[in-house]
Amino acid sequence: MDLSFNAEERAFQDEVRGFIAKNLTDEMKRATALTPSVFSDPDIGMAWQRTLHKQGWGAPGWPVDHGGPNWTPAQRWIFETESARAGVPNVNVMGVKMVGPVIIGFGSPEQKNFYLPRILSGEDYWCQGYSEPGSGSDLSSLKTRAVRDGDDYIINGTKIWTTHAHHANRMFALVRTSDGPRQQDGISFILIDMTTPGITTRPILTIGGDHEVNQVFFDDVRVPVANRVGEEGKGWTYGKYLLEFERGSGIASAKLREGLKAITELAESDLTGRAIDSPDIATRISEVEVDIDALEMTELRVLSALQTGQNPGAVSSILKLRNSEIRQAVTRLGVDVIGHDALAVEPMRPLYKLNHEPATPEGMLTMVPEYLNGRAYTIFGGTSEIQRDIIAKMMLGI
Amino acid sequence: MDLDLSDEQRLLRESAERFVGESYDADHRRKMAKDPLGFSPDVWKQFAELGWLALPIAEEFDGLGGGAVEVGILMEAFGRGLVSEPYLATVVLGAGLIGKCGSVAQKQARLPKVADGSLKLAFAHSERAARFDLAKVATTAHKTAQGWRLAGSKIAVLDGHAADEIIVSAHVHDHQGPSGRIGLFAVAATTPSVAISDYERLGGGRACNIELSGVELPQDALLGDGSDALPAIEWAVDRAMAALGAEAVGIMQTLLDTTLEYTNIRKQFGRPLSANQVIRHRLADMAMQVDESRSMALRAALKADSSPVERARAASGAKAKIGKCARFVGEQSIQLHGGMGVTEELEVGAYFKRLVAFDTLFGGSAHHYRRHAELGRTTVPA
Repeated sequence: MDLSFNAEERAFQDEVRGFIAKNLTDEMKRATALTPSVFSDPDIGMAWQRTLHKQGWGAPGWPVDHGGPNWTPAQRWIFETESARAGVPNVNVMGVKMVGPVIIGFGSPEQKNFYLPRILSGEDYWCQGYSEPGSGSDLSSLKTRAVRDGDDYIINGTKIWTTHAHHANRMFALVRTSDGPRQQDGISFILIDMTTPGITTRPILTIGGDHEVNQVFFDDVRVPVANRVGEEGKGWTYGKYLLEFERGSGIASAKLREGLKAITELAESDLTGRAIDSPDIATRISEVEVDIDALEMTELRVLSALQTGQNPGAVSSILKLRNSEIRQAVTRLGVDVIGHDALAVEPMRPLYKLNHEPATPEGMLTMVPEYLNGRAYTIFGGTSEIQRDIIAKMMLGI
Repeated sequence: MDLDLSDEQRLLRESAERFVGESYDADHRRKMAKDPLGFSPDVWKQFAELGWLALPIAEEFDGLGGGAVEVGILMEAFGRGLVSEPYLATVVLGAGLIGKCGSVAQKQARLPKVADGSLKLAFAHSERAARFDLAKVATTAHKTAQGWRLAGSKIAVLDGHAADEIIVSAHVHDHQGPSGRIGLFAVAATTPSVAISDYERLGGGRACNIELSGVELPQDALLGDGSDALPAIEWAVDRAMAALGAEAVGIMQTLLDTTLEYTNIRKQFGRPLSANQVIRHRLADMAMQVDESRSMALRAALKADSSPVERARAASGAKAKIGKCARFVGEQSIQLHGGMGVTEELEVGAYFKRLVAFDTLFGGSAHHYRRHAELGRTTVPA
């Protein structure tokens, strides 16, 4: 057993560090640090995607014949960790990490040829049409319906919590094409052009003051049957495959560590009256740091298992659950560390383009919004309660 | 980066699990709890034959040269059976300190005997007024014409009653007065003026308090060259905490398995307890905390030879986190067993008590989160 990386991997680490140092602008870095929502806005996220693509690093998890860089699990770990350390923007996760793998796994040759290069280059921006007002955790009860009409489907219904629908030009969605004996049957996986007539998007503001999610309405929206991925009625299988990616793709500890580092620096500064001198705050910082250590170690154990071709199994639910809980603990700490400054609300967005002097020092601006928006971490991608169900079923067999 | 077990490590785990599975059952534990020695000399002999006593001892002293990871593998298996043999006291703490501080002659005289099972050791360090502060030692060692004279009181000495030799920490006073250094002294258990009063230890095994009232020792009782032993004590205790963390993981895993089995069998309102979501989620939380503990114990072992600050933060982090998880898993195991969990009729209580003892040993969660914080934030490269 060995925690350290070998010479080749260390050389790769240097390469990634060098690349980021050369290409990540101060402007991008500042914008990322001042983003209190889960995802970066496309203006900075897609700029970084294009930079990565030029280097051949646009889609770390994809197979090499579709433009992936053919990295080992350890290289992916290093890449994600170095990216988090340097504070790079979030790229369009819904494209690269969600719909991409589904198209690669189940799409037609035409779909692969058309969509995959556009994801890599950043030409397309994707959003995810899964949840509906009546279908949250019980996703397979979804009611948005696609009715066959010649070579088209006609779609009616509504999707909710659609991250960046107001930026996206494409959506992948689960829609009901028939009513099977089980509610999982009769669901299809479909790719929708967001400029199609009949689609309207309503913004939903989250409690931190950010516009990140939306409700999307479909009124007689015509989508070619050729836009269906895989077989009709098999969408649930593809959708679940994607959810596993969503949960398991997380190399999250490095990002959590950076978040805690920013808060620790504030706690050590005069801006907070040296909050760290309170033994309670100092101990809580250690408590969160140790939780991150445990998560990182579990991630490395999974990585080690992947390297030798083992299946990590239900541990992806543990990673999702712990990541979301620890992230909430980090943001809670952030609010407590800034003290009085937690009272100031900055309503303008984006925070990196304010045209006035904010009431608090810049490094504090994201603390309260991150805490408030961050309540969503234990809700999206399968609530913590759903994850516990999965752990009980998959790990404990009950 | 490789966290898979090597073939040797896998064999060690299999043989330890097999041995513990075959030799340790409820009857054996009950017998040992009433035994004045608290463990079985026959089993100790078998440990020696299996090479486990030699495991972390350097090869030049007839050991196998294993590390903290191998010790952790063994300790996790020990936890599954609530092994009460004095492994931690003799091999991890005792032999560890002699290997770290002793002169070649001192090591040569003892380590091969530890490896072959003919020498048992204990470490007498804790004192009532010090609580968990490793630097606080009131026991004194005065330089005399013949050697040393020790005076003081030690508490919570693990397995001290069974040790042939006890390693005692004391503040060294030379002819000029207090030196400001802590020394480690090898004290044969039969030395006059050493009064050992032992007691049954929470969760199995035994411990003792020791009164040293003017104990006369020869010159070479002092381990090593007399430089301050505090760094070595911290090193050994960090290693012991990593080993105990692995043992706690084994205990928690057994509790989880037992509780899972029980909630599947036990029926109330016409269905198994585990059919209730509130029970299933509790079990999921327990499983998650066992897994986090496993990660932390392994992390502490892998960093046992890192720089002092990195090693100490990993050990304290593990001790704090595993202690917290251990209380949760232990308390919930009892809760889910209902009234029977509170009785001595089931084994759940015995496992729980060992976890409570674990959380207390060398300081509980609160102490170690504080130590972790005080050691400062050093960013550790992955």
